[in-house]
Amino acid sequence: MSQAHPLQSHARRRWLQPGKIGVYVFLVCSALFFLAPLYIMLATSFKPMEEIRLGNIFSLPVEVTFEPWRLAWSDACTGVACEGIRGGFWNSVMIVIPSTILPILVGAVNGYALAMWRPRGGNILFGALMLGAFIPVQVMMFPLVRVLGSVGLFGSLPGIVLIHLIFSMPIMTLLFRNYYASIPEELFKAARVDGGGFFRIFVAVILPMSTPIIVVAAIMQVTGVWNDYILGLVFAGRENMPMTVQLNNVINTTTGARLYNVNMAATILTSLVPLTIYFLSGRWFVRGITAGAVKG
Amino acid sequence: MAITVIVGYLGTAIWTLKVSVSSSRTFPVDDFVGLAQYVRLFGNDRWLLSLENLALYGVIFILATMIIGLLLAIFIDQKVAGEGVLRTVFLYPYAMSFVATGLVWQWVLNPGSGIQDAVRRMGFPDFTFDWIVNQDMVIYTIVIATVWQAAGLVMAMFLAGLRGIDDDIWKATRIDGIPAWRVYVSIVLPMLGPTIATVFVLLSTAVIKLFDSVVSMTQGGPGTASEVPTKFIMDHLFGRANIALASAASIVMLLTVIAIVAPILYARSRALKRAGSQ
Repeated sequence: MSQAHPLQSHARRRWLQPGKIGVYVFLVCSALFFLAPLYIMLATSFKPMEEIRLGNIFSLPVEVTFEPWRLAWSDACTGVACEGIRGGFWNSVMIVIPSTILPILVGAVNGYALAMWRPRGGNILFGALMLGAFIPVQVMMFPLVRVLGSVGLFGSLPGIVLIHLIFSMPIMTLLFRNYYASIPEELFKAARVDGGGFFRIFVAVILPMSTPIIVVAAIMQVTGVWNDYILGLVFAGRENMPMTVQLNNVINTTTGARLYNVNMAATILTSLVPLTIYFLSGRWFVRGITAGAVKG
Repeated sequence: MAITVIVGYLGTAIWTLKVSVSSSRTFPVDDFVGLAQYVRLFGNDRWLLSLENLALYGVIFILATMIIGLLLAIFIDQKVAGEGVLRTVFLYPYAMSFVATGLVWQWVLNPGSGIQDAVRRMGFPDFTFDWIVNQDMVIYTIVIATVWQAAGLVMAMFLAGLRGIDDDIWKATRIDGIPAWRVYVSIVLPMLGPTIATVFVLLSTAVIKLFDSVVSMTQGGPGTASEVPTKFIMDHLFGRANIALASAASIVMLLTVIAIVAPILYARSRALKRAGSQ
């Protein structure tokens, strides 16, 4: 693995070759395409409205203003109320914390049971669970609305957390099952010989070894739950409306002139949490989403 | 706990199936009308349009994302300077929610304020780029925005696949004087088979679940030109109080998903078992 990349030995000479220039032209153009929306969001969020009306979308702000950010946070109208999206921010935080901890715990226990105890029918169960990961949420939506309604959880914080738990179960189980499948079986057998029970072994032996996968799972859950829109829209209820739903309301219910600068500031505020996680966790994030992608 | 979930998944699916063969409108009714709702569904222009949109969108989105993602991965794999920065740039859209990024795309593509306006101000008064308000082109704007979001993830997965390929292959082909593009087409691409399959499954599920982007970018418009099945179901469940029709649509989607995913899952588990028994 030391070196020996195909093109490396030629790296110096290749610099001036048309091929290498082509590579850079392609990459730089692509980078511009990927960065353009972020640039537009940032530039616009610091412009006063007159500048937006007069100038073009790509120009830098002439007169930098922080007013749109303040408005987005505490004054923007989301439907009927005009209290900004800060409420949504705290709602999202309240939803994300339990919706990260509970699915990880349940997923870890499930994965541990499937990988180590191998219950009869476990594989069929697991297969069905995996299929569940692919089912569009709409299929389960109406029955879940009715069931949650009948037990009084519809539109409540525990309700939306339960929904996130149900929908993230397949992927969390898969993640932990695959991780535990790579742990040497002897370890588990030794613990059994020593008389450990199901939960004793889990807490004393398995859980302490799980830190890396827990980090990956936590990154996946926090970004996934934070970015969720449809579940929050249907199940969270007015009191617990997550930030994404509020943002959509800010954008799509504004009557009269659209305050693009405020909208852009609100958009960036909504994206701050997942972006921060992305920039801080780097490789872990990639590992998480690719693990999440490899379903089945 | 897993069992409850299976009961939850299976139970809800059966419930939905039951509603789909009833005459329910706002509230579930306990009768049986056979396949009447399905007949209605496939006589519904909006539903047919949403299927057509999804098929068109799906093919273009999957192809474009795969090609762009693969190209980005290959080009980044050429020992370029600033690899880390480029990877970060290509992948950040995936961290953001589509409700958030849909807004900025809606604005960039809006003829009055976005690219069209900017180019016209530069001195090309006849420049036209109005896809998002054009019934025939609107679905392509959703492709552009969602490719922007997903290509980085596909790049990351392909890059991992490329890095897993043995360097000796490259040495051997270089000694033989085979041009790099031929090596990619004839040797590397086939070796990426499993990665391609994974990416395909991932993108297909994204296609079927397509909802947020449409809601935040076009609300299904102009007219119903960018309608998709998930939105059709949501509208009939909550907006138009037609739960039987929505349930029938859900079941159609469920069957489609099973038809696509089940063979792949089965093939995988067979492959895993074979690998395990060796």
